Amino acid sequence: MSEEPQAEWPLYEVFVRGKRGLNHVHVGSLHAADDEMAVRHARDVYTRRNEGVSIWVVRAEAITASSPDEKDPFFAPSGDKVYRHPTFYAIPDDVPHM
Amino acid sequence: MTLTDHELEQAFETTIAHNDRIEPRDWMPEGYRKTLVRQVAQHAHSEIIGMQPEGAWITRAPSLRRKAILLAKVQDEAGHGLYLYSACETLGVSRGELTDMLIQGRQKYSSIFNYPTLSYADVGTIGWLVDGAAICNQVPLCRTSFGPYGRAMIRICKEESFHQRQGYELLMTMMRGTDEQRAMVQESVDRFWWPALMMFGPPDAESPNSAQSMAWGIKRNTNDELRQRFVDMSMPQAEALGVTFPDPDLRWNEERGHYDFGTPDWDEFMQVVKGDGPCNRQRIAHRKRAHEDGAWVREAATAFAAKELSA
Ligand SMILES: [Fe+2]
Ligand SMILES: [Fe+2]
Repeated sequence: MSEEPQAEWPLYEVFVRGKRGLNHVHVGSLHAADDEMAVRHARDVYTRRNEGVSIWVVRAEAITASSPDEKDPFFAPSGDKVYRHPTFYAIPDDVPHM
Repeated sequence: MTLTDHELEQAFETTIAHNDRIEPRDWMPEGYRKTLVRQVAQHAHSEIIGMQPEGAWITRAPSLRRKAILLAKVQDEAGHGLYLYSACETLGVSRGELTDMLIQGRQKYSSIFNYPTLSYADVGTIGWLVDGAAICNQVPLCRTSFGPYGRAMIRICKEESFHQRQGYELLMTMMRGTDEQRAMVQESVDRFWWPALMMFGPPDAESPNSAQSMAWGIKRNTNDELRQRFVDMSMPQAEALGVTFPDPDLRWNEERGHYDFGTPDWDEFMQVVKGDGPCNRQRIAHRKRAHEDGAWVREAATAFAAKELSA
């Protein structure tokens, strides 16, 4: 064992697929010594009532996120592209199933 | 392009004003972060320390059914603590720091868990009144302005209703039993009623941080509002159960449309908060022992993981 003060178990982010047909969704995080333990802990912590049919865990440090300090308007480019949204297009009310 | 601090603060204020959520990597004022760390940590610690009063009865449950229920309930509380620690860590504190701050008494937990559990009826009373008060506190917190905290609260609230119902059902069962069992229930309710009212914190006039927490959308209701709501909810439940609360001032006020009730003993509250309740030392000592006894497990698992990696 190392002489340094005992480091914390690494942090894992946990993703759960609620049921078949749905995406895995981030539900929280936990600490575990290794991947296998992380999956087991994730089951005990986040799915005590059949909340999931599948679990992903990933070391938090392995995640790359957009705009590290949130000071850059990373998402600004999509802000002015309203034509990407269905509501941009006016469709007469009597056209069904749109 | 870099935004100025002023623009960042503006963006934060706008998010709050729109009732939108603040997420971990957003800019936030230091005071907001500090307040949240304090509140979420205190909440997490309460779940963890809260396992002790009831956990003490697991080995002495009166039936296998009650034992399985109590085990599941106490395990849920551990889970609640972990959801909340996970939310708190997104604010830039580590799990180790949080555990240390609890053990060293630098962060608090709910005063209610410093009262002893003297009989199995207390398991029922805690479920009914203590988890009931917790639900009152927690339901509005599902809309708190900090995303991870609100999401943890949603998970917790889904599980709390089982806690309250199993407690109430336990007490109903005892009330259908012998005179002695009915007396046990009343005695237990008498002990827990006032401490349960104190769970909502000091009166609004003496709760200096409340206004800022409300402005930031961290809190959604004042302590007194929630306490009133709890009294109003509990009275009909007590009547249905056939117990009374130890408060001579407790009566329906037609004009207000609420129950009037007496004043909790705030001196006792302060004493318990400051560390001199019936069980404060015992609770912390127990937590510390559990943490220290687990050290070899944490170390062994780390060593095993390192070995696997190098193999
Ligand atoms: Fe809980
Ligand atoms: Fe609970």
